[in-house]
Amino acid sequence: MPTEEGEELLALTREICDKALRPRADEAEERAAGSPELPRDIFRTLGRAGLLSLPYPEEYGGGGQPYEVYLQVVEEIASAWMSIAVGVSVHSLTCYPLARFGTESQRRALLPAMLSGEQLGAYCLSERQAGSDVGSMTTRATPDGPATPRSYRVKGTKAWISHAGHADFYTAFVRTSDDGSRGLSCLVVPGDAPGLAFGTPEKKMGLHCDPVAEVHFEGVEVAADRLVGTPGQGMAIALSALDSGRLGIAAAATGLAQAALDLAVRYALDREQFGRPIADFEGLAFLLADMEAAVTSSRATYLHAARLHDAGRPFSREAAVAKLVCTDAAMQVTTDAVQVLGGAGYTRDFPAERYFREAKVTQIFEGTNQIQRLVISRQLLRG
Amino acid sequence: MNIVVCVKHVPDAQSDRTFNESDSTTDREGVDGLLSELDEYAVEAALKLVEEGEGEVTVLTIGPAQAADAVKKALQMGADKGVHVSDEAIHGSDAVATSLVLAEAIRKIGSPDLVLTGMASTDGTMGVVPAMLAERLGVPQVTYASELTVSDGTATIRRDGDTASETIVATLPALVSVTDQINEPRYPSFKGIMAAKKKPVETWSLADLGVDASQVGLDAAWTKVESFTKRPPRQQGQIVTDEGDGGTRLAEFLSAQKFI
Ligand SMILES: Cc1cc2nc3c(=O)[nH]c(=O)nc-3n(C[C@H](O)[C@H](O)[C@H](O)COP(=O)(O)OP(=O)(O)OC[C@H]3O[C@@H](n4cnc5c(N)ncnc54)[C@H](O)[C@@H]3O)c2cc1C
Repeated sequence: MPTEEGEELLALTREICDKALRPRADEAEERAAGSPELPRDIFRTLGRAGLLSLPYPEEYGGGGQPYEVYLQVVEEIASAWMSIAVGVSVHSLTCYPLARFGTESQRRALLPAMLSGEQLGAYCLSERQAGSDVGSMTTRATPDGPATPRSYRVKGTKAWISHAGHADFYTAFVRTSDDGSRGLSCLVVPGDAPGLAFGTPEKKMGLHCDPVAEVHFEGVEVAADRLVGTPGQGMAIALSALDSGRLGIAAAATGLAQAALDLAVRYALDREQFGRPIADFEGLAFLLADMEAAVTSSRATYLHAARLHDAGRPFSREAAVAKLVCTDAAMQVTTDAVQVLGGAGYTRDFPAERYFREAKVTQIFEGTNQIQRLVISRQLLRG
Repeated sequence: MNIVVCVKHVPDAQSDRTFNESDSTTDREGVDGLLSELDEYAVEAALKLVEEGEGEVTVLTIGPAQAADAVKKALQMGADKGVHVSDEAIHGSDAVATSLVLAEAIRKIGSPDLVLTGMASTDGTMGVVPAMLAERLGVPQVTYASELTVSDGTATIRRDGDTASETIVATLPALVSVTDQINEPRYPSFKGIMAAKKKPVETWSLADLGVDASQVGLDAAWTKVESFTKRPPRQQGQIVTDEGDGGTRLAEFLSAQKFI
């Protein structure tokens, strides 16, 4: 932790995790498996405590915290309840385009509410036919006039959108010209805009308290002063936001892996076979050692990227490395945790199987790990 | 309206709690401590009252150096200032002496309109200090409040009993102890944590309060723990293997324990 402030923030996060998150996670996830459900009250608690706006400037209502601190808070939350940590990271991501690329008057007008802790955002990038290939999106925003438009009319459907139907605003990427990936723009759409409609939530493998659904823009009129950056800058904004967002996912994956490791260690000390705790068997102890090594190196990897970010240095490649390393490690560690628990690990009596299901998605969203390799290798080879 | 909330720093119930070998008092040095959770309700109640109207919330604690953490937590939640009474001589004080020191500290703070406390501490769990303190201050005591409203110079509380709920009215100034049913204590906010660093906390000794050391501490206590033994670790339960008579043997066991 770089500051005492950061230590206190982490202590506050731990307290809230222990009292409000951890005791509810298992049951809420189990219930939401039947019908996805966003625990909105938890986000309110986090928001009021100031944990939903940490990496943004204080003058707009943010916490003014470096990524090095913010990400450790995300990790801590993930170790208690993964869906919530993902929600926090996604919310941060939705504020990024405006905070980074908005004009001063846009920031003054919109950011304080977005960062107040009372609101939750959704990030609308993916479409059914435009997943990894973001540039092929078809959701279109048409200006009401040629020269200086006063508003845009948005038509199209976004897919896989976390917080769909629950969010207070939708940071949406839309096509404003046919110029491929140079024809995209970014709009911040109010959650109560007429013409916004939502699909039924996806039936997912896990992360049930992060409801994901389609967002339909049925001719939604959006004021032109809600366009972030310049028309055509959308792809650059989306990629820049994802550089930071990926670090949130890397930190969350690390927290999830830590939770799985902690569970495995407790179980291994307790469970006896052949007259001894199974932790006494080197074959198992070394598995635990490998898990510990994976978690610790994950943490070091995301913190390295965070420190570059905080120092204002380029960090895009390191962020992609962190996303790749931390989420692959989370998959490995949660798989091994199921193994350590044996048959019990395969049942819902223990959260190991839930961690395992939750880990899988971290290798997929915010750029699949194949796409991370693409980002890394391109930057590497470009020199 | 000015409110004083009395709070206690107690050993964390989540970790091991022990007594000092030498004098059989609660070990407060070697363990993790925190603001007694039952006192968080009193802090929350005070903050709510002041937020609705105006005035100041002062948190007051007695205890060794680490007890300052209880004050700090209350300040982080939003209280305005803190008072920490700390003096070697207080070690081992009973409820009678505790109420004396609290009363003198409250007089020195100034005459508050309301004194709030939790219904008991989570370590001693005696729950008598509020009543003693009200007596010493010469103000009405309304205890075990599950609801509290203040208006026109009166405090109205609801006290839930086994068979009935009473509504009790007291004129201010008064002392109210609150239960864990009264509210949902807030978490500190990040901004609250930062703000708390700049809030005034005074540390007073017995001399500052004009209390003679002979009136407090273990030697002045009306009761004293003579000895203590650790509760024995839990024994493994009895396992009944069913050899056709399982039902009978279970019934015998339960009736021997007077469950049936
Ligand atoms: C739970 C969840 C929440 C989500 N939340 C959001 C959200 O809030 N907002 C949002 O916009 N999106 C969200 N997504 C969408 C997510 O970002 C996409 O699923 C992801 O980008 C992959 O796109 P796709 O599913 O279309 O897969 P595809 O792009 O079809 O990929 C299929 C496979 O092909 C591989 N592949 C594709 N292209 C290449 C290539 N060039 N080289 C090598 N391999 C390749 C992929 O790695 C993958 O293995 C979410 C997804 C999930 C599952």
